[in-house]
Amino acid sequence: VIEDKCTGCAVCAEYCPVQYPDQFNQEISKNKAIHIYFSQAIPLVSYIDESCLYLKDKVCTACVAVCQNDAIDFNQQEEKIEIKVGAVILSPGLEPYDPKLRDDYGYEKFENVITSMDYERLLSSTGPYEGEVLRASDKKHPQKIAWIQCVGSRQVTEGGNSYCSAVCCTYTQKQVILTKDHYPEAECTVFHNDIRSYGKDFERYYERAENLPGVRFIRSYVSIGKENPETKNVSIRYSTSDDGVKEEEFDMVVLSVGLNPPVNVQSLAEKYGLELNTHNFCQVDPLNPIETNVPGIFVSGAFQGPADIPESVFSASGAGSKCGELLDFRRGNLAKERLYPPEEDVSQQEPRVGVFVCHCGANIGRVVDVPSTVEYCKTLPNVVHAQDQIFACATNSAKEITDTIKEKGLNRVVVAACSPRTLEPLFRDTLREAGINQYYFEMANIREHNSWVHSKEKEEATEKAKDIIRMSVARACHLESLQEFELPVNKVALVVGGGLAGLNTALSIANQGHEVYLVEKEQDLGGMVRKIHTTLEGLDVQAYLADLIAKVYKHPLIHVYTDATIQEAAGYVGNFITKVKSPKGIAKIEHGAAVIATGADLSTPTEYLYGEDDRVMTHLELEEQIVKGNEKVTGAESIVMIQCVGCRNEDRNYCSRVCCSESIKNALTLKEKNPQMDIYILFRDIRTYGFKEDYYREAAGKGVRFIRYEPQAQPEVEAGESDDGRSVLKVTLPDYILGKKLEIDADIIALAAAVIPSSTTEEVAGLFKVTLSPDGFFKEAHVKLRPVEFGTDGVYLCGTAHYPKFISETISQAYGAAGRVLTLLSHDTVTASGSVCEIDENKCLSCGACISACMYGALSFQETPLGRKAVVNPVLCKGDGLCNTKCPTGAIQLKHFADKGLLSEIDAAFSEEEIKKQIDMLVGV
Amino acid sequence: MALLYKKILGHIGLNPERLKIEFMSGSEGNVYVDAVNNFVEKIKELGPLGESEELDREVLNLKLKAVKDLNFYFRLVENERLRVHFDTKEEYEKFYASAELQRLFSELIADKLAISEIMLLLREKPFTTGEISKILGLTPSETSRHLNSTARQGLVRYEGSQWRFAFA
Repeated sequence: VIEDKCTGCAVCAEYCPVQYPDQFNQEISKNKAIHIYFSQAIPLVSYIDESCLYLKDKVCTACVAVCQNDAIDFNQQEEKIEIKVGAVILSPGLEPYDPKLRDDYGYEKFENVITSMDYERLLSSTGPYEGEVLRASDKKHPQKIAWIQCVGSRQVTEGGNSYCSAVCCTYTQKQVILTKDHYPEAECTVFHNDIRSYGKDFERYYERAENLPGVRFIRSYVSIGKENPETKNVSIRYSTSDDGVKEEEFDMVVLSVGLNPPVNVQSLAEKYGLELNTHNFCQVDPLNPIETNVPGIFVSGAFQGPADIPESVFSASGAGSKCGELLDFRRGNLAKERLYPPEEDVSQQEPRVGVFVCHCGANIGRVVDVPSTVEYCKTLPNVVHAQDQIFACATNSAKEITDTIKEKGLNRVVVAACSPRTLEPLFRDTLREAGINQYYFEMANIREHNSWVHSKEKEEATEKAKDIIRMSVARACHLESLQEFELPVNKVALVVGGGLAGLNTALSIANQGHEVYLVEKEQDLGGMVRKIHTTLEGLDVQAYLADLIAKVYKHPLIHVYTDATIQEAAGYVGNFITKVKSPKGIAKIEHGAAVIATGADLSTPTEYLYGEDDRVMTHLELEEQIVKGNEKVTGAESIVMIQCVGCRNEDRNYCSRVCCSESIKNALTLKEKNPQMDIYILFRDIRTYGFKEDYYREAAGKGVRFIRYEPQAQPEVEAGESDDGRSVLKVTLPDYILGKKLEIDADIIALAAAVIPSSTTEEVAGLFKVTLSPDGFFKEAHVKLRPVEFGTDGVYLCGTAHYPKFISETISQAYGAAGRVLTLLSHDTVTASGSVCEIDENKCLSCGACISACMYGALSFQETPLGRKAVVNPVLCKGDGLCNTKCPTGAIQLKHFADKGLLSEIDAAFSEEEIKKQIDMLVGV
Repeated sequence: MALLYKKILGHIGLNPERLKIEFMSGSEGNVYVDAVNNFVEKIKELGPLGESEELDREVLNLKLKAVKDLNFYFRLVENERLRVHFDTKEEYEKFYASAELQRLFSELIADKLAISEIMLLLREKPFTTGEISKILGLTPSETSRHLNSTARQGLVRYEGSQWRFAFA
């Protein structure tokens, strides 16, 4: 298939005679030898699989005959292309764990045991049964579904992986919630080990799944029993604390499989000279997981180790920034500027509409009678030209549109084709090429809204196409020419917060040639990291930090303000003005981008005698004492560490993510110094995700005792005496394994205090007009896909200000933010849309409803000759139209979507007589 | 907002079930189809506007026009005085059934609506207090209270000769 020619119409797949198991749908359903891999694939073009009859036996070629764009070429030869590059980013992703490696799960032996990947496809509306969850054995909806966690993960037995796959707990919860959405009466049971909902908002998500009716979370190892030969149900044996081992039958069993390194990882590593770690993932720099042992080769995503979407996204952006540091001197060398003809002012002319009806190969043409639709279009008011096109989106068709605009003097264009989502920008560009304003364009969706859903009702579909086009033409006549503005970009960045995140971001931006102002509220740079001495992996954090700070101070492009506060922040993307007060005086900084890296604080516990007894300390204080070599700590007989102090509760309903590993790190260091010491870690769930699981195992192996407690029966601490007369702290709690109350004598108690948002968070949020999440951390633009940006353009986010995270994750995200900042600063201008709101001052009542509705701070009151009125800052307006619905008098309108155009579109849908007739018919008069 | 308008519909004598709001996402085609079909069913049952409620067509038109004229005012009131935040639909429904809301409603909305109706009526021709009360379904004392206040503002005047109120 010639990619440039293929338009993704997928007609070829329909005529292809070969059926083979669809790999994208986990081979549950069939697909054709020529097909598009999946419906959102990029590029959206067909490809031919090796099951093709021509490739096997030189027969068939049905697809060549039906392709109307001659995009299929069976004579294509393999090509070798040599590209010279300065840096390489490896993102080979991951492979789901294959449960066949262990035969105790019954996968592929029992029909109704499936993997979570299989289940994911079953849930999808583009999946094998169009979103119906059906059993393989009888194609019926399962009523009782069980999930088994940690399949292939956290296992040191043959065939398993010792690490934690990090994502399975939460994806299982998602599948449970989706299942209950599909079938509210379904019974869902999750058999789990620790629940690791350590990510942002994950704890709430877990609660939501757990509290759904008919959902059980059971903490138990399980074994798959047998298959019922008649019903094909599968039985599972599990243990309960009350009734011992139970056996229960389920209609379907989903194995929550873990993540494996990508296939062919060895040959990839060999090719690039990369080192792999013991788990066969890439051996990355422990402080910066984007870097490998080979300079100039970077990795992003799950090749670094099991990772969720946000971590993958910011490591990807970070890898981009690392490349930028290397190759900044060549930036823009391959880019070419587009030139457009001058725009003609047609606003005073009568509308002259041209309609182009697309066949979309056969997608539309086979259902809708395109020629008769074209004839109909010619009869519509203001239409001076109508024609059909096989593929309106093909390059030659765009040229045809441009030529016709010039030739026939069109000043409005309607393309009747697919959804504006993908192709509207292309057609707008076509209008610009022809010298008319791009907002004079309107798209009529006669594919998704018509031919695809009405493929069996050809006549009605043709009528509907005519209706849709008539409406679009009516709207097109009311479209106005709008100007997009080009805003200059001030190529300077401001970084708020001089902790680990801020330092790395500042350095990366400066290394790419941009001036950076770094503002820190304390006297010294470093932030929270100054209290951390080693990582779990054993790295010297302080040495790294000192080196980093030195690099920042030495960098000629970085200006550091310590002991500084921000007094005022104004402006918008590309042009901010921030006032910073520091001992150097008040500085007015003009900058194009801002990065918020204000970090986090540690909560001060109020429970377990903290602050009353100096033997009770936080985990960070314990680390400090260990480093200082405090005899009381290193020589203690017994130390108790209590996890989840001040979080995972009602007030702070989130997990602080780092504390389990912090406590295990302290425990391991103490065990090394004093192997005789008794160490107890009282936990709710141990959340050592990813490769950190190995350290958890190591700690358990060295005799650190892990005892689980439940939130409703928290440990109790009181001062007392041990049997041998030592003054100790007595810790009591129920032990669920032994089923009795435990009493532990402790010399020292370390509390894993919660990580909380920095005290300056709210103030900074107010200054930069950005929003906060329910837990008080900064809220990113999109939790998965835009984790380092804010909804406010030009403002970025990284580090623990976003959510608690590890040093390596913080650094990775800092580079991610730098990458996004560079995307902005490397441009000379930014373009603001012309479709923004506009206020009719005569109608404005100054009620302020629009101002409180706007999420971007684009609206404000201003004194005008007519009194105090709301005004729009067009640069900040995103054109979401929320304010339009709030305005009681209709004073505020979104340009390009103004009432006049939309109402005329609705009026064109049905004539008044027809509406009356329909209503009368409906009410039976 | 929808609950407020249901309340207004009820106030002018129409069945509040003639208005329906349903939340759905763009991908929930089936929910949309169900909602529309059920609503059409319901409306068929209720028949043409005002019929099952036994309202006079002219009076109904007048009342609807009064509501339309005050539409922007209702939206302002909703935003400034009646804006509350609850998590569930039930809580909103409870609030809209409460005595406090009823008090606010009669003070902020019902009175203004009655005045608007009276003004529209008097635009056609002068009426006596009794006639106005009868047509609009108000008590005579309410009617005279509204007439007094509007007369004070100079919006209506009393035609002594006809024993009637007229549009000023």
